[in-house]
Amino acid sequence: MGSTLLQKVWDLHTVRRLPTGQTQLLIGLHLVHEVTSPQAFDMLRLRGQGVAMPERTFATVDHIVPTDGQLRPFLDDMAEQMTVALERNCREFGVPLFGLDSAEQGIVHVIGPELGLTQPGMTIACGDSHTSTHGALGAVAFGIGTSQVRDVLASQSLAMELLKVRRIDITGSRPPGVYAKDVILAIIQRLGVNGGVGFAYEFGGTVVDRMTMDERMTLCNMSIEGGARAGYVNPDETTIAYLRGRRFVPIGAAFERAAAWWRSIASDADTDYDDRLEINGATLAPMVTWGINPGQSLAVDGRVPREADVPAGDSAGVRDALEYMGFSAGAPIAGTRVDVAFIGSCTNGRLSDLREAARIVQGRKVARHVRGLVVPGSKSVAEAAEREGLPEIFRAAGFEWRAAGCSMCLAMNPDRLNGREVCASSSNRNFKGRQGSPTGRTLLMSPAMVAAAAVAGEVTDVRRMLPAGETR
Amino acid sequence: MNIAGRALVLRGDDVDTDRIMPARFLRSVSFDGLEQHVFEDDRKALAGAGRVHPFDRTENRAATVLLVNRNFGCGSSREHAPQGIVRWGITAIVGESFAEIFFANATALGVPCVTVSADDTQALMRAVETDLATAIEIDVSALEVRAGSIVARASMPASAREAFVSGTWDATALLTADYNVVRRAAARLPYIAGF
Repeated sequence: MGSTLLQKVWDLHTVRRLPTGQTQLLIGLHLVHEVTSPQAFDMLRLRGQGVAMPERTFATVDHIVPTDGQLRPFLDDMAEQMTVALERNCREFGVPLFGLDSAEQGIVHVIGPELGLTQPGMTIACGDSHTSTHGALGAVAFGIGTSQVRDVLASQSLAMELLKVRRIDITGSRPPGVYAKDVILAIIQRLGVNGGVGFAYEFGGTVVDRMTMDERMTLCNMSIEGGARAGYVNPDETTIAYLRGRRFVPIGAAFERAAAWWRSIASDADTDYDDRLEINGATLAPMVTWGINPGQSLAVDGRVPREADVPAGDSAGVRDALEYMGFSAGAPIAGTRVDVAFIGSCTNGRLSDLREAARIVQGRKVARHVRGLVVPGSKSVAEAAEREGLPEIFRAAGFEWRAAGCSMCLAMNPDRLNGREVCASSSNRNFKGRQGSPTGRTLLMSPAMVAAAAVAGEVTDVRRMLPAGETR
Repeated sequence: MNIAGRALVLRGDDVDTDRIMPARFLRSVSFDGLEQHVFEDDRKALAGAGRVHPFDRTENRAATVLLVNRNFGCGSSREHAPQGIVRWGITAIVGESFAEIFFANATALGVPCVTVSADDTQALMRAVETDLATAIEIDVSALEVRAGSIVARASMPASAREAFVSGTWDATALLTADYNVVRRAAARLPYIAGF
């Protein structure tokens, strides 16, 4: 009987069994950002501890940074304070920082893979739930809170309980206009926002095999929205080709040895999984959320559910969501007017996401009542997009082109919704108040769907805007 | 380990950490004062509609146990959410289920999150709603939640239970006890050894 990648990585990183029965798990890469780390560094100071492995720890600023006007000191005094705190902590504890003065600054889950810091077979932790993103490269990666950030800083390890593994196969092929975002929204819609608790999701099947690394990152990024603390894709030739030549990846003969090891940690063919799910890719369609959690989604040509359509236990949730969103049960989601269009985030702020959105807006205009924002996931993404002329396409259409950061995904900076605005958003959470206005409304969708909504001024099926005869 | 006290009922599934602690309150380098902002947007929204949020009821001010439904604390890993709840005065949470990162964060703060069945959750909630003075007792060792005539079987991962019973829920001491074992484990890894 073979093993899963999760089990192999777990065994390799087991330091010892703790008296509580938990595993002391070595963390191979610790990523740090300005919002969840200051209290952890303070706790270290208080206890007179240092950072155990500063060379396995990397920091960046992303959550609170302004995306327009990044001159220091920031106009936003708190953003300045939190950035200064991170700079001081990194200096004092010897942690490398990709700050705003670095060409490699960006959203922590975008720059990790981009720099080749993220590699197959690693354990990765970060004080951010979307750390699951890094599983796209065959790493076991999960989000932690600040007390656990302190633990990793102090010991380069965590007290953890082994996760079960659910294998999710997406078979066949995807129809045009169906992106990785639609795949993961469909999975969460089926399994529920708590269906993954206790599990890591292993994604596979021909649709996933053919996905680019950017797409796999989108898929793994939202595992946590399904309750799974980690999600991963087994490393394959796509993974290896992606890593070759990246800054923190070995070169020459060492790269070949690394690649051989990466292949070896993939799940074995004869592995037994704790659970399985299979979805036929051909049945998938562009998805949109209609409610207040990422499981409340439907195909763009579908209708907002009625309380009677869902199991009795879920009806209160549906009622609450309909009331907050101000939607009518049974109404089509297409045609819902949007006020804001946001393209960016650790879910969908990578170069390929911006390319897909640009393809839709090229030669078109953002509807007059829509405020459109494109926020690249990192400075490197921004630079690559600039080389391809993407900012010009977005600006010509009426979008604002901003600097890298988390921006309107969680609105810790000035990018936010006002009042009850409706936002077509390529981000990951449609929780009440998520985008900065306590009454703001978020519709999650792929970047291409956001672009289509921006142009139409309402939720619309992106498939009608794709070049004729296109097959992806 | 036993915790007993009055309870506060917060109904609803999938209560996310953005609702517990909206992101604007993460704009600080400390956790101080977070107790003032627990569920702030929900509280304001209800007040605007002429209703009172459970965290605003004066008669709930003495509560130390929080009763919740399914998948409590889903979403963001922000420890600010359990920090706010704990600083408000909650010492234990009982519910149908918990999101994993929230559970880990609460555990690290010494706050047990124990799971009881949906039926028992309803029974406990009804008992408290009927008589606010109902004392809820959480017996972490025996994995039981008791309230008046209700005796509910509780569950919790064995290691978390053990951590609470043995008083080792703050894992730092365990993890830093012997750094040499960590170093040795690291040296075995190809990517740390340099392939």
